[in-house]
Amino acid sequence: MKMTARRQRMAWIALLLVVVGAAAALASAAFRENLMYFHTPTDIASGEVPSSTNFRLGGLVTTGSVDRDPDSLNVAFRLADCDHEVQVQYSGILPDLFREGQGIVTMGYLDDEGTFQAQQVLAKHDENYMPPELAERLADETGHSCEPFKPVRAGYDTGYDS
Amino acid sequence: MNWTWFHKLSSPPHFHRFARRWTPWMECAAAALVVYGLIGGLILAPPDYQQGEVYRIIYVHVPAAWLSLALYSGMAVAGLIVLIWRVKLAECALISIAPVGASFTALALATGMLWGKPTWGAYWVWDARLTSELVLLFLYLGVIALHGAMSEPRAAARAAALLAVVGWVNVPIVRYSVDWWNSLHQTSSITLLGKPTLDASMLWPLFGMALGLTLFSAANVMRRMQAENVRRNARQRWVREQLEAPHV
Repeated sequence: MKMTARRQRMAWIALLLVVVGAAAALASAAFRENLMYFHTPTDIASGEVPSSTNFRLGGLVTTGSVDRDPDSLNVAFRLADCDHEVQVQYSGILPDLFREGQGIVTMGYLDDEGTFQAQQVLAKHDENYMPPELAERLADETGHSCEPFKPVRAGYDTGYDS
Repeated sequence: MNWTWFHKLSSPPHFHRFARRWTPWMECAAAALVVYGLIGGLILAPPDYQQGEVYRIIYVHVPAAWLSLALYSGMAVAGLIVLIWRVKLAECALISIAPVGASFTALALATGMLWGKPTWGAYWVWDARLTSELVLLFLYLGVIALHGAMSEPRAAARAAALLAVVGWVNVPIVRYSVDWWNSLHQTSSITLLGKPTLDASMLWPLFGMALGLTLFSAANVMRRMQAENVRRNARQRWVREQLEAPHV
């Protein structure tokens, strides 16, 4: 095959794309943990969260666990993913979408008793949209799946007994 | 494979006639689809069971976000043609797509922030989806700035093309960021193979908006390309003939 100027340019660009693609893949693999927006209760159970600094914790608000203090903004609830639960303590205004069964992401730290002291609570809604009547007819307990809060590291040994 | 149509379309005078004939029709179809999408989405579609009325920003947010990725891919393909085949019309396409794509990226970010505050509780978070979309905006601005910084138009187009092609690596990162990493942003409601998780009564106006804004973008890019094409060939005889010809 004759190496025309055009073929040479094609080869250079193909090589460039392979190199840039490989660099991007390696970088995202190396920073995989840092690119995670939040940890899950399973991460806490397996001891994979920082002990002294703030981190984000995501999960579903366990049904029946919300305990509001009538005289202040204090609220206590449990957060769960598909496998584990964590007790959370928060003082402040909750987002409108906060309710039992709702997915949320909180920012805070784990205290010595294993309670998560949250300083910020954000709601994480899922990708399902439907009219209220349909949601009523579906009538599942919460309407939410713990699926988004599974640790994304599929096939990765988390070091605990499941 | 017969490439005659491609070579014909990449000839500047032929493109000029083609664009002048078809752009108005694309704009009419775009307007009709957007009117259908807005009435269907803002008035006829039911409120969401959880978010109530606020979810309706989806009818602008999702088409804008989809176009920010689609236009970048189009710009990267034009960039490849510029770098390998040195087609002049692809140089026009590259620099005509960039501002349209940058606008839709900015729109996707702005509507996303307006949606995030009432639902999540924050305008902005540094999760993978939002951050990679912001990087996409910077890539568009980089292509525009690099092109504008060089005075020789053909060299400018080649430099901008290289950035556009290399930057394409960010497009799959934006698309799959919500699947690869834990993020606050929810995963896609509409995928190529899966069943949409948006109820049918909400879905059709969204498709209308997406198709309408896609046609609008295509028509807008064609008009920009027409102008750039005429500017670059200002000394050619066909330009004078075309411009003096009566307009349809």
